[in-house]
Amino acid sequence: MDRPIRVLVAKPGLDGHDRGAKVIARALRDAGMEVIYTGLRQTPEQIVQAAIQEDVDVVALSILSGAHNHLFPRIVNLLREEGVDDVLVIGGGVIPEEDIPGLKAAGVEEIFTPGTSTKDVIEYIKNNIKR
Amino acid sequence: MNLKERLLKGDKRACARLITMLENNDEEAISIIKELYGYSGNAYVIGITGAPGSGKSTLTDKLAKEFRKRGKKIGILAIDPTSPFTGGAILGDRIRMNDLTLDKDIFIRSMGTRGSLGGISKATWGAVKVLDIFGMDYIFIETVGVGQSEVDIVKLADTVLMVMVPNLGDDIQAIKAGIMEIADVFAINKCDLDGADRTKLEIEMNLDLSEKKDYRPPVVKVSASRNENIEELVEKIIEHRTYLEKTNKLQERRKKNTKLEILSLAEEEFISMIMNKSLEENLLDNLAESVLLKEMDPYTAKDRIMSLINNRRG
Repeated sequence: MDRPIRVLVAKPGLDGHDRGAKVIARALRDAGMEVIYTGLRQTPEQIVQAAIQEDVDVVALSILSGAHNHLFPRIVNLLREEGVDDVLVIGGGVIPEEDIPGLKAAGVEEIFTPGTSTKDVIEYIKNNIKR
Repeated sequence: MNLKERLLKGDKRACARLITMLENNDEEAISIIKELYGYSGNAYVIGITGAPGSGKSTLTDKLAKEFRKRGKKIGILAIDPTSPFTGGAILGDRIRMNDLTLDKDIFIRSMGTRGSLGGISKATWGAVKVLDIFGMDYIFIETVGVGQSEVDIVKLADTVLMVMVPNLGDDIQAIKAGIMEIADVFAINKCDLDGADRTKLEIEMNLDLSEKKDYRPPVVKVSASRNENIEELVEKIIEHRTYLEKTNKLQERRKKNTKLEILSLAEEEFISMIMNKSLEENLLDNLAESVLLKEMDPYTAKDRIMSLINNRRG
């Protein structure tokens, strides 16, 4: 594929730590992707609007606050309400194993927990984008 | 509904998708622009340029808010550099514009330069057309952080706003050719810092040396982060627009820029023709080898490639 994959790296909610998001953003950049980073403390509405305007292939959510069970599904639902069905939504951060099945059922297609190699994230994105 | 109808109806997803397609040289997108070109022409294009970290994004955010107060619809194209090595990019201008994201009359798009060195990307021209057809009143183009000679923005913008900050260099910087010459309005951002008055003075003195014309670029001290003097800056931008419109210079400027655009589109196609030819049967590789071995000089190598193109056409 000759066009660059576009990824929105977004931090929903109130935690103020984005080292992980920046490491991912940098790794995706080095993998030849265009990474839109919108900074800390985004509402689901802001994330969805940014995803639409930037026409991204992937929304990569990073969260450390523990509010993932609330925020991730909300973002997936808002995207659906807007008719966006060709964006891959993935998440990462401090997310307990037992929460992962529920998040996947809600439409977050993969969850990456601490210790994941950036290579795995890159491979996953390349193999799973929807257009 | 197809993309064309959705764009005219104000569907942001259609707008976004068309820009993506143009960035990827998609023929369908180009044919849509061809069909809808008659709907363009309403938007006024403001280029915002300046050094990295001078506050272009923050200022763009504040300007957009001021224009929104005046009831205008705003499109923003924010350009950041693409890596020449990997083709990847970090597009981070939106961080300063998060308040604008949910405004239904604002559309923000981040773009990588994708190999262009003039401060904006090739697809910026197309993206401006999409936003214009979409119905925007003003389109802001925020260039990459520029140094001294990335002046492509002047080929696309009706008004160029140069964002300066205090203490970036002595007064020799102000008289150098290049970037300083394209400004229609100067903003000295971070005006709360020491040296803002001096920077203003240096720019004014430099403007004093220019040939006297009926328009002199104003120099406005602002603080984007503190939201100071933004209204005055907007007034100066509008004054420049009014000046261009009253003197018919807007048409002149747009005509000059349109000529450049047509030429650069032709140039682009020509270059890709050359690239394709030279890659056939490893030609470029073989020629480079010959040049390195001193069997041939680079000028003769060039003639060999050009002769192939001429032959094909003849």
